[in-house]
Amino acid sequence: MATVTLTDVRKSFGKTQVIHGVDIDIADGEFIVIVGPSGCGKSTLLRMVAGLETVTAGEVRIGGERVNDREPMDRDIAMVFQNYALYPHMSVFDNMAYGLKIAKTPRAEIEARVQTAARLLQLEPYLGRKPRELSGGQRQRVAMGRAIVRKPAVFLFDEPLSNLDAKLRVQMRLEIKQLQRDLGVTALYVTHDQVEAMTLADRMVVMNAGRADQIGAPLDVYADPRTEFVAGFIGSPPTNFLDPAAVGGQGARLGIRPEHMRIGPAGSGRITARVLDAEPLGAETLIHTRLPSGDLLTIRQDGAAPIPGEGDEIGLAWEAADEMRFGPDGRRV
Amino acid sequence: MTAPARTRKAPPPGMVERRGAGLWLTHAGLILGVAFIFFPIWLAFVASTVSQPEIVRPPMPLLPGDQFFENYRKALVSGINAPVALMLLNSGVMAIGIAVGKIIISLLSAFAIVYFRFPFRRVFFWLIFLTLMLPVEVRIVPTYEVVAGFGMLNSYSGLILPLIASATATFLFRQFFMTVPDELAEAARVDGARPMQFFRDILLPMSRTNIAALFVILFIYGWNQYLWPLLITTDPSMNTIVMGIKQMFPSGDDIADWPVIMATSILAMLPPVVVVIGMQRLFIRGLVESEK
Repeated sequence: MATVTLTDVRKSFGKTQVIHGVDIDIADGEFIVIVGPSGCGKSTLLRMVAGLETVTAGEVRIGGERVNDREPMDRDIAMVFQNYALYPHMSVFDNMAYGLKIAKTPRAEIEARVQTAARLLQLEPYLGRKPRELSGGQRQRVAMGRAIVRKPAVFLFDEPLSNLDAKLRVQMRLEIKQLQRDLGVTALYVTHDQVEAMTLADRMVVMNAGRADQIGAPLDVYADPRTEFVAGFIGSPPTNFLDPAAVGGQGARLGIRPEHMRIGPAGSGRITARVLDAEPLGAETLIHTRLPSGDLLTIRQDGAAPIPGEGDEIGLAWEAADEMRFGPDGRRV
Repeated sequence: MTAPARTRKAPPPGMVERRGAGLWLTHAGLILGVAFIFFPIWLAFVASTVSQPEIVRPPMPLLPGDQFFENYRKALVSGINAPVALMLLNSGVMAIGIAVGKIIISLLSAFAIVYFRFPFRRVFFWLIFLTLMLPVEVRIVPTYEVVAGFGMLNSYSGLILPLIASATATFLFRQFFMTVPDELAEAARVDGARPMQFFRDILLPMSRTNIAALFVILFIYGWNQYLWPLLITTDPSMNTIVMGIKQMFPSGDDIADWPVIMATSILAMLPPVVVVIGMQRLFIRGLVESEK
């Protein structure tokens, strides 16, 4: 249990700077999710907290202490890797116990801690098995168990669910959240999946090209994105962007979420569009349209609402309060 | 067994079904091949069980005689220049020394090259690689000079040390280590393992199939060394068996004791066979157990 503080953290590989100064303040017991597209530097940031990458500039503090130059084992962290990184020749028990054995924990305590973790993760029947004899979800649990038994101050997760199938991912997501709550451990979780980010995070950090574009509670970030990138990245289907000039406004870009647009007859509303395609998903229907200017817009409407035919002209309306205006630098105005 | 006439279902994909004449033909071919390869060994065995006059009198016997125990006892205990038991021991020490030494050295050097960033890492790698081009036979004169200078003639260290560095094995372990996911090393670091702990607890057990395979190859390589032991062991008590056989051939007017020489040949063949069969189990089990 500890706070984690990143102060103007930077990372360069050779001459290429990949992290351009990130500041994050993580409270004790908080669940922080770092989300962003691939290549945005989110994994690098996590690995710097773990001590697997050196910090080029800036400061990483865990529990108030500067850990820049400490080995991973001396940082009081545990990490869950994307491919689980289980030791293939060791049994589940030995996988979980390895860190404790190195730390010269007494045998009886190792036994007790592994048993507790195994019970928590429903791994008790599998303690004698090798990793290859387990399913993906079970391997994932062993990786978590290995993190838990060390009773670290901070959990680090590097895309831990991306190797699982969709159904298992939802289940493990809930389990991770539950576990983190029960143990009260500070967690830093990296993912490219915005649904994971939205559902798990107390606060999320949206990374874009080596910068933290926005840090905040998921719903705040969703409702009030600070940059054009965040508005486009968070939300599925993504925010519609159009040229404000088309509807008589100012700013460089105008963003409106699909659920905030309403369909009316042609000629009504703020703008006219042509229907390209409709995707009925049951509870809701996504309607893809094209503006005369060429911009593509998606409208999300209730599944029970009438679906306009392909090629129809429709009018689109929205509340002024739902408009998000962005300046030429991509920032909200 | 003849294939019963039945309506045959299409074989499952990926399986080859062979019945009838084809089966017999392939087996006949294989048996013929085995007989062809095995015949000289059989002759050697027969020759080791008969008496000297029986060998030299044509036609050569094709069935074992009654001198088996007599000839083998004579070979093992007294031999011609040195007892074969002693030569077997020398060869065993040399072959095991070379195999184990090569494995240890190449494991460690591959570990260094793959997992550590040190200055001139690539240079060292290529230097090791370069030694592939310099087998014992090419560097034999300078190597002899060095070994003689260290006073290692007629000693086990002289037999083993010059042959102990192995670029091939280093290269093999390097390739294997590079297939081990980086996350494994990182997980071990997070678990608090120091580099040598990671090497011992994780890399070494993961390499055991490779080690078994290499041991077989290197043991046979060491066992079959001929030129090097011939050069540096002048004392018959340090002779290895492969060169020892040649030393048994008579010079001048002496009469070759063929039954004893043949018994020695058969004895020289046995340890590699034992190693291959013994390690094969480990090796196949390792292959079956290996990770996807």
